[in-house]
Amino acid sequence: MSSTGERSTGTVYEEVQASPEFAQLRSRLRRFVFPMSAAFLAWYLLYVVLASYAPGFMAISVFGNINVGLLIGLLQFVSTFTITTVYVRFANKHIDPAAKELRERIEGAE
Amino acid sequence: MSELASGSSVAQAPAAPTAVGSVGLNIGIFLVFVAITLFFVYRASRTNKTASDYYAAGRAFTGPQNGVAIAGDYLSAASFLGIAGAIALNGYDGFLYSIGFLVAWLVALLLVAELLRNTGKYTMGDVLAFRMRQRPVRAAAATSTLVVSFFYLLAQMAGAGGLIALLLQIPTTNQLGQGVVIAVVGILMIFYVLVGGMKGTTYVQIIKAVLLIVGAAVMTAWVLGMFGFNLSDLLGRAVENSPRGEAVLAPGLQYTNPVDFVSLGLALVLGTAGLPHILMRFYTVPTAKEARRSVVWAIWLIGLFYLFTLVLGYGAAALLPEGTITSTTQNNAAPLLAYYLGGEALLGIISAVAFATILAVVAGLTITASASFAHDVYANVIKHGQASPDAEVRVARTTAVVIGVVAIAGGIIANGQNIAFLVALAFAVAASANLPTILYSLFWKRFNTTGALFSIYGGLAICIVLIVFSPAVSGKPVNPATGRSASMIQGVDFHWFPLDNPGLVSIPASFLLGIIGTYVGRRRGAEDEARYAEMEVRSLTGAGAEKAIAH
Repeated sequence: MSSTGERSTGTVYEEVQASPEFAQLRSRLRRFVFPMSAAFLAWYLLYVVLASYAPGFMAISVFGNINVGLLIGLLQFVSTFTITTVYVRFANKHIDPAAKELRERIEGAE
Repeated sequence: MSELASGSSVAQAPAAPTAVGSVGLNIGIFLVFVAITLFFVYRASRTNKTASDYYAAGRAFTGPQNGVAIAGDYLSAASFLGIAGAIALNGYDGFLYSIGFLVAWLVALLLVAELLRNTGKYTMGDVLAFRMRQRPVRAAAATSTLVVSFFYLLAQMAGAGGLIALLLQIPTTNQLGQGVVIAVVGILMIFYVLVGGMKGTTYVQIIKAVLLIVGAAVMTAWVLGMFGFNLSDLLGRAVENSPRGEAVLAPGLQYTNPVDFVSLGLALVLGTAGLPHILMRFYTVPTAKEARRSVVWAIWLIGLFYLFTLVLGYGAAALLPEGTITSTTQNNAAPLLAYYLGGEALLGIISAVAFATILAVVAGLTITASASFAHDVYANVIKHGQASPDAEVRVARTTAVVIGVVAIAGGIIANGQNIAFLVALAFAVAASANLPTILYSLFWKRFNTTGALFSIYGGLAICIVLIVFSPAVSGKPVNPATGRSASMIQGVDFHWFPLDNPGLVSIPASFLLGIIGTYVGRRRGAEDEARYAEMEVRSLTGAGAEKAIAH
């Protein structure tokens, strides 16, 4: 791996990987991003399937010329913006400090 | 979709898009853009010394800067002119497209951007090669990068003709005149990439994104203002003014085959996080946290922009004289709306920005493809990682010239061809050949070289075979109004795959091939364990990640 910058023997990484702090960081991140990814993909696919197979439902008027399809479409924007904001808060609060601590431990050991 | 379009808009003489605006003003505004960007490219060139400068802008951009640049890279002519035009003509179905393009960013935000920034150096191949056998994996990553970039690039260039007709009033029938313009733009693009490297290219993206988003925001406010900021009234007027009436508010006008739309939707939402020119942008920031901020900025800007295009598309349908927007003029909906609202000046600004869009996106693709060739193929596959950084950058620059020339030639040949499906195809290839391998290498311990090769080459091959034998290439019924089929090749029918977009088959197949290959390949040894430990720890903590260069 001559091309990927400095590369240690790997022992310090294996040590950190085996530590409970790292296991906690990893599971915290995965417990957030995996279910969230499944949720937004399911919500998006539901939208696509509704638009493809139920155009009549999407055409139902809610008020004025605003119909169900437009509202669900706009809700996709809202959910995307919301998930983005929630993730950033989560990562700033729960991921970054733990990552920083481990990084300093590794870089101190090198 | 075009058979639908001309089926219902019978015998309306479309307003010739070449008849409006002032050529001098259009060129003037475009030249101002070129002058400003050249200044930044020149300034960037003074600090362009190392390989990290050339490929990754010294990793010195901030998250917000990079986020704007990502928006500049992503909001291609296809998404601005294409989506606004599709909404103007087909209503709701154009909107569907933009939602897939936006939601896709969550994949990049949650699963890819930060971990990629922490483990790679310049290219997607870096991430895959971290714990796999270098040469085969890099060769595979470079192959799919070059294929995706080539399809994407060709699709951008093919759209240039309509814009040249609008901006310079050189009709699409004047192949020579159009070819000369494409060549000049291509040469300018090569110049940007060679002189400015990634830093110069990033400035071009930033300037273009700001102009595009501000221009679209002004037009959106203008259109909404004409309807007292009441979206319902705007939609009502669009219904009255459209030959399709009520149908423009509901899905089903553009995509008539529901399975096909699901397939396209899947490719759109999973493709973005596998697009090489988007992945490479994450290396231009100093840390994973900045990569996260980049994506957040990009999501807000891209999302707002697609909301603008919704208003602009329906605005064009509502305000332009009935029959202006047809299947042949739909890409001009936004510029024609600009002319309707603000006359020659606004038309000049919007068409110059649209033209700058092609220039900037092609520059981004060129630098990505050249980096992948120089860094993955030349330095690591051919030279076994022994190439000096200077030699590598030299190869990258040469490759950029070659790709630029290919882009010019491809653009001239593809000009006016019906190859809009290539963008969707590029997304399908990115989602099938790139995304499964990226996700497996970041998250799946057992994943190995054989799995990566199965997934990349398998996904790529399935995509290309399915598209060649799809109705997008041959066999769509001939439209009686124009005497042409909506397929790329006329007069023959060798299609057997029923869908235009291969995503529904190729994406699950490629994920599956990654698993099969992994179990076929050799078992993991102690060395693999150590490499996976290093990759996993680095990806999550940022330890040992490539640092920014201070100039």
